[in-house]
Amino acid sequence: MLSYVWLIPALPLLGVLVNATAGRWFGRRLVAAIASLAVGASFALASLVFVTMLGVPATALDGGNGREWTIPIFRWIVTGDLKVEARLLLDQVSILMTLVVTSVSTLVHIYSAAYMRGDEHYKRYFTWLNLFVFMMLVLVLGDSFLTMYIGWEGVGVCSYLLIGYWFERESAAEAAKKAFLVNRVGDFGFLLAILLIFSKVGSLAFQDVFPAASALAPAAATVISLLLFLGASAKSAQIPLYIWLPHAMEGPTPVSALIHAATMVTAGVYMVVRCYSLFERSGSALQWVAWIGVLTALFGATMAIVETDLKRILAYSTISQLGYMFLGAGVGTYTMGLFQLTTHAFYKALFFLCAGSVMHALGGETDIFKMGGLRKRLPWTWAACLVAVLSISGVPLFAGFFSKDEIMHLAFVEGNIALGVLALVTAGLSGFYGFRLFFVTFYGSPRVVERSRRSRQMRASSSERGAPSMVERAQGIHESPWLMLAPMLILAVLSVTSGYLGLPKVLGLGNAIDQFLHPAFSASTRSSLGEGASWTQWAVIGASLVETSIAITLAWWLYIRKWGTAERWSQSAGWLYNLISNKYYVDQAYERGVVQPLRALAAGLSSAVEARGIDGAVTGVGRFVSLAGEGLHRLNTGRTRQYALVLLAGAALIVSYLLLRSVLG
Amino acid sequence: MVPASYYLILAAILFVLGGIGVLIRRSALVMLMSVELMLAGANLTLVTYSRFLGKVDGQAFAFLVMAVAAAEVAVGLAIAVSLVRHKDTTDVDEIDPC
Amino acid sequence: MELVVFLILAVLAVVSGAGVIAQRSATRSALFLLACFCCLAGLFILLNAQFVALAQVIVYAGAIVVLFLFVVLLIGIERVAEKPGPRKSERVAGILLGAMLLVGIVWAILATKGSTAAPLSRADNVREIGQLLLSGWAIPFEMAAVVLLVAIVGAAVLAKKRLEG
Repeated sequence: MLSYVWLIPALPLLGVLVNATAGRWFGRRLVAAIASLAVGASFALASLVFVTMLGVPATALDGGNGREWTIPIFRWIVTGDLKVEARLLLDQVSILMTLVVTSVSTLVHIYSAAYMRGDEHYKRYFTWLNLFVFMMLVLVLGDSFLTMYIGWEGVGVCSYLLIGYWFERESAAEAAKKAFLVNRVGDFGFLLAILLIFSKVGSLAFQDVFPAASALAPAAATVISLLLFLGASAKSAQIPLYIWLPHAMEGPTPVSALIHAATMVTAGVYMVVRCYSLFERSGSALQWVAWIGVLTALFGATMAIVETDLKRILAYSTISQLGYMFLGAGVGTYTMGLFQLTTHAFYKALFFLCAGSVMHALGGETDIFKMGGLRKRLPWTWAACLVAVLSISGVPLFAGFFSKDEIMHLAFVEGNIALGVLALVTAGLSGFYGFRLFFVTFYGSPRVVERSRRSRQMRASSSERGAPSMVERAQGIHESPWLMLAPMLILAVLSVTSGYLGLPKVLGLGNAIDQFLHPAFSASTRSSLGEGASWTQWAVIGASLVETSIAITLAWWLYIRKWGTAERWSQSAGWLYNLISNKYYVDQAYERGVVQPLRALAAGLSSAVEARGIDGAVTGVGRFVSLAGEGLHRLNTGRTRQYALVLLAGAALIVSYLLLRSVLG
Repeated sequence: MVPASYYLILAAILFVLGGIGVLIRRSALVMLMSVELMLAGANLTLVTYSRFLGKVDGQAFAFLVMAVAAAEVAVGLAIAVSLVRHKDTTDVDEIDPC
Repeated sequence: MELVVFLILAVLAVVSGAGVIAQRSATRSALFLLACFCCLAGLFILLNAQFVALAQVIVYAGAIVVLFLFVVLLIGIERVAEKPGPRKSERVAGILLGAMLLVGIVWAILATKGSTAAPLSRADNVREIGQLLLSGWAIPFEMAAVVLLVAIVGAAVLAKKRLEG
């Protein structure tokens, strides 16, 4: 089994190579099929590896993790004393991430085959999507910080390429640039952390660094951990580097589903969880993680409440849910953080695919207040979306409930009251915005509005080019093709069933996912399920049930019963509403505080230093040479007597020199 | 006995006079004459040393210098003649290109 | 006694030399040159270089100066006459340079220790030089002959009138 693990990342890479080189001669179906098959095969292989893994005992003979293997691939750098091998690390965490990534990727690929059908650059899309999967797998399967960094950068590049897929549109190009630049800031932190690790430990391989973590000084561990978290917060859109994610919605919806919901943005969580030894060694790093996580969660949820763009609501929701994952990691329950990662991947990807389905039906509309009355026309999409919303709101029996509740409970027990309360409030807000989106989009009278053909073309897949006008359209809205619905339904099922992997302790049925993942964190000093008494968990469950019901009822009241109430409320809370709907003016703050000074600096440097200094020096050399030449040119007068004079002067000089030398020397 | 330095100083004076003449005068012919003066000064130095060192080499050298000076004068005057034919003057300042 | 003769000859030589460069008329310069050469011949005899003195008179005074005079007469006096002197700056520079050079050389001369004169040889000067020229200095001697040949050919070519047509 171990010798085939390298195929898991290699298959998508093969897909890339085949499509990139020979894709132009393939038809659309073949390109999509190759890409999807590559990822699908990867998923099948990963599942096989997983099953095989279950057959191996969980605890090793020495009490450590029994299911952990390092698989060498090839010798990479050999110079002098530095020997770097490319290796894969297979353990519970990496196989879980691999399964999540490959499963969601496969479903998104299949969905994309239909969604992107009208697009011109089909081949480019699938090539990059496959490349992304490859990079993500390198990230989660790598066994050293170096490999992880490569995957990290790779997914960043693919994100840039895919956000800016419709690069002819200026907003998309800007969004891609913003995503990349903000990520760069995080990458810088990551790189600094890597350098520090290398200087302190002398190696970058996980198997060398983590055991040595306990030997580090806590201060050093804190610095390293915070730098790593800087990288994670850029990739996973936490405060203050979340600003790129809402704009990343300019990319195609399947891309948003895959990259900006299920996989790339979870890389930060993966990193923090993977480096738990370092974070635990530092006294305060995990506190930072927890607090930033919960604050981001609250922050994102408040902005989702007032947002009107369908995909942006989901983006803020993702930011909020990622905060939850970090909260989980921060209070020490890595397993539950990963659990939330898994369930969120499923239901958020589902949510995005539903959004794509709606947009496909409406010719690219994303403003939810321009939708409505779609329940009867898009029944399957409605049903899938309902599952997703129930999950995100934490309604019992659906996956979101189980993962969120665990984290909330542990926030109270292992963290402190403040963390728990904030987590609870955020959960309520999640319920509210989720159902707000659902009700406004699917219920009520149709508010679908005609939009100009050109803008429509730019927004969604071009399959809707030339769609009919409003009246005709309201009658012509149709459900999405089966190629799009099937992945959605599969994800819906997963959104329900994956929850049962992590049943609460109080039910006495055993938390399967925790049991599976726990050995990977054998060196942790934190408890993964909390030591609290069972009443605390019941209390938390009860509280969350109560607030979820309140949230759903409120959403129903505002958006179904008494339409227009919401608008009145938002007007009466004028300043608060404005503050939030302008996203707390964070973007403007960045623009003023960071972007403009940098631009000014660049302009200053380019005019003063570059033009006058460096260019001046270079042209100055040229000018100097020609001036010297002209000066020397003046010696050539052609006047014989002057030549004679110069001759005699030379002779006189030599004589005087010799004399002086003999006199003084 | 006249000391050597007297002869040598005289030779130096003649040499420098010739040099100044080359720089001051405008006529090509006079410039040539000044050059001859310089050569004469050199010859005097050679012969002086020949006398004071007791060897005859200096005189042989002076003799050869004389031969070369003659050749040079011949060619120089031929040039001056041809110059006059073309430019109708022997003034070096007027035949200068600038 | 010798000193007196030397002084007379020296002064005459210097005066003639100054005359060469100071005279406005080219013919007068030539004649002063002649005088200078004759003084030099006398000095050579004082230095026991009879052959050189003779050669000086025959070659320099007899041939070279005469050649000068021939050319001056050939060209015509009016064309040899000079317009007023060169630019002031050059003249000053020239004189200064000359003075500097003179000072330098004189200094050098005076700085060296005076050498005692070797005893006068009673040998036949001409024979001695002849022997030297044809043995040790044979090659320079022959080369001088070549130089003269070249000069003759060159002068002839340069001075020839171009054939018209």
